[in-house]
Amino acid sequence: MMIKAVNAQKLGFAALFACIIIALLVLGSLIYFIFSNGISSFSWTFFTDIPRKSMTAGGVGPAIIGTIYLVLGSIIVSVPLGVITAIYLCEYSPKNVIVNIIRLSVNNLAGVPSVVFGLFGLAVFVKLFNFHVSILSGSLTLGILILPGIISASYEAIIAVPQSLREASYALGATQIQTIGRIVLPSALPGILTGIILGVGRAAGETAPILFTAATFYARSYPSSIMSDTMALPYHIYVLMTEGTKPEIQKMIAYGCALILLILVLAVSAIAIYLRQRQRRTYG
Amino acid sequence: MDNNFKETVRVKADNINFFYGSKKALNGINMNIYANKVTALIGPSGCGKSTFLRLINRMNDLVSSSRVEGQLLLDNKNIFDKDIDVVELRRRVGMVFQKPNPFPKSIYENMAYGLEIKGIKDKKYVDEKVFESLKKAALWDEIKDRLNDSALRLSGGQQQRLCIARCLVVEPEVILFDEPCASLDPISTRKIEELIIELKQFYTIVIVTHNMQQAARVSDYTAFMYLGDLIEFGQTEKLFTVPKDKRTEEYLTGKFG
Amino acid sequence: MKISEKIYKNVFMVVAFSSLIFLTGIVLVLFIEGLPAFSVTGILSFIFGKSWYPTSTPPEFGIMPLISASFVVSVGAMLFAIPVGIGSALYIHEIAGEKQKMFLKPIIELLGAIPSIIFGFFGMVIVAPLVQKVFNLSTGQCAFTGALILGVMAIPVVCSIAEDALSVVPKSFREASFALGANRWQTLLKVIIPAAGSGISTAIVLGISRVMGETMTVLLVTGGAAQIPNSIFSPVRPMTSTIAAEMGEAAVGGVHFHALFAIGLVLFMITLVLNMIAEYIGRKYRVKLGLDV
Ligand SMILES: Nc1ncnc2c1ncn2[C@@H]1O[C@H](COP(=O)(O)OP(=O)(O)OP(=O)(O)O)[C@@H](O)[C@H]1O
Ligand SMILES: [Mg+2]
Repeated sequence: MMIKAVNAQKLGFAALFACIIIALLVLGSLIYFIFSNGISSFSWTFFTDIPRKSMTAGGVGPAIIGTIYLVLGSIIVSVPLGVITAIYLCEYSPKNVIVNIIRLSVNNLAGVPSVVFGLFGLAVFVKLFNFHVSILSGSLTLGILILPGIISASYEAIIAVPQSLREASYALGATQIQTIGRIVLPSALPGILTGIILGVGRAAGETAPILFTAATFYARSYPSSIMSDTMALPYHIYVLMTEGTKPEIQKMIAYGCALILLILVLAVSAIAIYLRQRQRRTYG
Repeated sequence: MDNNFKETVRVKADNINFFYGSKKALNGINMNIYANKVTALIGPSGCGKSTFLRLINRMNDLVSSSRVEGQLLLDNKNIFDKDIDVVELRRRVGMVFQKPNPFPKSIYENMAYGLEIKGIKDKKYVDEKVFESLKKAALWDEIKDRLNDSALRLSGGQQQRLCIARCLVVEPEVILFDEPCASLDPISTRKIEELIIELKQFYTIVIVTHNMQQAARVSDYTAFMYLGDLIEFGQTEKLFTVPKDKRTEEYLTGKFG
Repeated sequence: MKISEKIYKNVFMVVAFSSLIFLTGIVLVLFIEGLPAFSVTGILSFIFGKSWYPTSTPPEFGIMPLISASFVVSVGAMLFAIPVGIGSALYIHEIAGEKQKMFLKPIIELLGAIPSIIFGFFGMVIVAPLVQKVFNLSTGQCAFTGALILGVMAIPVVCSIAEDALSVVPKSFREASFALGANRWQTLLKVIIPAAGSGISTAIVLGISRVMGETMTVLLVTGGAAQIPNSIFSPVRPMTSTIAAEMGEAAVGGVHFHALFAIGLVLFMITLVLNMIAEYIGRKYRVKLGLDV
C-alpha cells in the first residue's frame, strides 16, 4: 500500500515534469530555428535598406520603422486612456454598478479576437473617419487592442499603493488630484511601466489588426506621415511567405524579420518581467 | 472639570453620531478640546477613538458610505458645514498616524510636500520652514547631513518624528496623533512623548493611546470611551486617581473584559 | 469639493467609459456591416450552409465549413494544451523549488509573449514539412498542424491561469491532508486539484476562446481549403483566417464584404459567450473559497 502510493507519486511527478519539459523544448526549438536561420540575413543593409527586386533583395528598413511608428502610436493612444481608467476605478468610483460595468467591458474587450479589432478599425477609422489605410488608423486600432492590458496593469499598480500614503497626503492638505499626481502615480509608476512595456511587445507583434488598417505589402520608401500606409515587420513576414515568386529567397528574408521581431519582443518582455519581479521584492 | 472656565475651547463636539454604513460607531459624543492642552483618548479596541479623531480633520470623508450627525466646532465654526473647504481644514488640523508613513521620497521632499502642494515655490522660504520644523521636532541634529536621503532609510522612530515634523511645516493649529508610538521602541517612544509635551505650547493636541502611562505622562485632559460612548472626560490627574464611573476604574486597573 | 476637482472626476469618468464605448462600437460595427449579408442569404443558410464560394457565380455564403474548421482546430489544440498547460502549472506550483519557479514562470510568460505570426511562420517552415513527412501527407498544412501550433500557443494561457487558481487554494487544505497521512501526490489529486477545479476550468475556457480567435497562425499553417474537414489531416480554413485572407479582395460594400463582417460577428459572439462563462465560473470559484470577487 505504502509502496504503491510512493510509486504513484513518482510516476505522477515524472509526468508533470514531462509537461514542463515539453513547454521548454518548444520555446527552445523555436528560438533555435529562428535564430540559426535568421542570423545569416542580418547585415547593415538588411536593417536600413528598402526592399529591392520585388522583395528578394535589399533590406526591411521600412518595415522596422513602420513597426516602431505603429508601436509608438498605439502607446500614445492607449496609455492615457488606460492609466486614467485605472485611476478612476481605484481612486474615484465607489464600489457600484458603474465600476462593474467598466470592469466587465475591460475583461470582454481583452477577449475580443484580434482580427475583429481589425474589422472595427476598417469600418470606423479607415472608412467612417476617412483616415484611410494609414499609420493613424493602425495605431488607433492597435491602441484599443492593448488598452485592456494597460488598464489591468495600471489598476494593479495603483491599488497596491498603501492607503497610508494617501492619508498622509490628505492630512497635509493635499487635494485629491494632487495626491494622485504626486503620491499615487509616482509610487505606481514601475507597475504601470511594466504594463506599458508588455503592451509594446504585444503591439509590435500583432498582425491581424493592421492587415486592413495600416499595412501595405510593398513600400519603396519610408512612411512620410501618419496618414501614409506602412510596411510592418509581422505583416512583412506574412507577405514574404504568401506572395512573390522566389519562395526560397523570401523565406530567408522572412527568417531575418522573424528574428528581429523575436529579439524585440523577448527583450521587451524580459525587461518587463524583470521589473515586476524586482518590484514585488521591494513591496515585500 | 471644575476649572474649565480658565481654558479656551478650540474644538467642541456637539452630539456627534457616526455611522459606517448601518453600523453606528459613535453615540452622541459631547466633548471639549482645549487650546494648548494635550487631550488623550483612551478606551478598549474598537470603541471609536480613531473614528472620533479622524472626524476632526474629516479623514473619514475617505470612507465611502459613512455618515455623520451633529456638529463639530473648530473655533466656533462647524466643520461639517457645506462651505467648509476640507483642504483648508486639513491644513489647520494636522495628523500623525499609527504607523509612520513617510512618502517614498527624500527627507527634504517629504518635509517640503505640504508647502509644495500649496503652490509655494520660494526656495528660501521653503528651506527656512523645513529647517525650522525639523528643529522643532528635535530631528535636525540627527539628519541635517542627509536631507536628500530616502526617508524610508530612517529608523522607525526617526520616521515617526519626520512625520511629525512634516505636519508642522504647514503650521497647523491642532495636531491629531493616532497611537503615534504603537510601533516604536521605548526610547523612541520617550522622545516622541517629550516632543508632544514640548509642542503643546504652540499647538492644541489630541492623542489616541492604548498606553495608560503614556496618557498619564503627556496629557492634561483624558477622555475614556467605550463602545462608541464617551463615558468620562476630565483632567487627567483626577480621572486617573478618582474616576467617577465604575467602567473607567475597571479599565484603568486592567480588570476590563 | 472644489470645482476643479469635480471637473477632474467627471473627465476621468468619461475616459473610464472608453472601454465600454469601444466594446459597444465593435458590436455595432459587426451588426451594421454584418447584417446585410444575412438579408441576402438568410441567417440560417449563412450559418448552416455547407459551401463557402464567395467569388464564384453565383456566390455561395455558407460558413459551416469555416465554423467546423475553427472548432476542429481549437478542440485539437486544447487536447494538447490542457494536459501540458495544467501539468506545467502543477509542476511549477507543487514540485518546483523557489529557484526553479523564479526561472520557469518567466519562461512560460515569454512563451506567451511570442507573436502569433512567429508561431505561424515557425509552423509553416518547420512543423508542416515535418508533419507531412511523418504522416506521409500530400501537404503538411492541415488541421492537425494548426491544432499543434495553436496548442503550443495556448500553453502559457492555460498554465498561468491554472497557476493562479492553484495559488489561492488555502494552505490549510494541504496541511489537513498531510496531517491525515496523505503524501504529496495524493494531496494533489484528492485535495488541491478538486479545490482549484473550477479555477482550472476557467483556464480551459479562456484557452479555447483565445485559440478560436487566433488568426495569423491558422492563416499560415492550416492550408486554407474551405471545406468541412473529413479528417484531422484535411486542409481547413477557420473563420479568422477567412476574414484575414479575403478582406483584401472583397469589394467594399459588396455582399462578400458584409459576409466577412458577419463571420466576425459569429466569431465575436462565440468568444464573448466563452469569456462570460469563464468570468462566471471564476467568480463562483472565488466565492466558494471565500475570497472577494
Ligand atoms: N472603515 C470602516 N468601515 C466599517 N467599520 C469600521 C471602519 N473603521 C472602523 N470601523 C468600526 O468602527 C468601530 C470603531 O472603530 P475605531 O477604529 O474608531 O476604533 P478604535 O477605538 O480606534 O480601536 P483601536 O484601539 O483598535 O484602534 C469598530 O467597531 C470598527 O470595527
Ligand atoms: Mg484606532
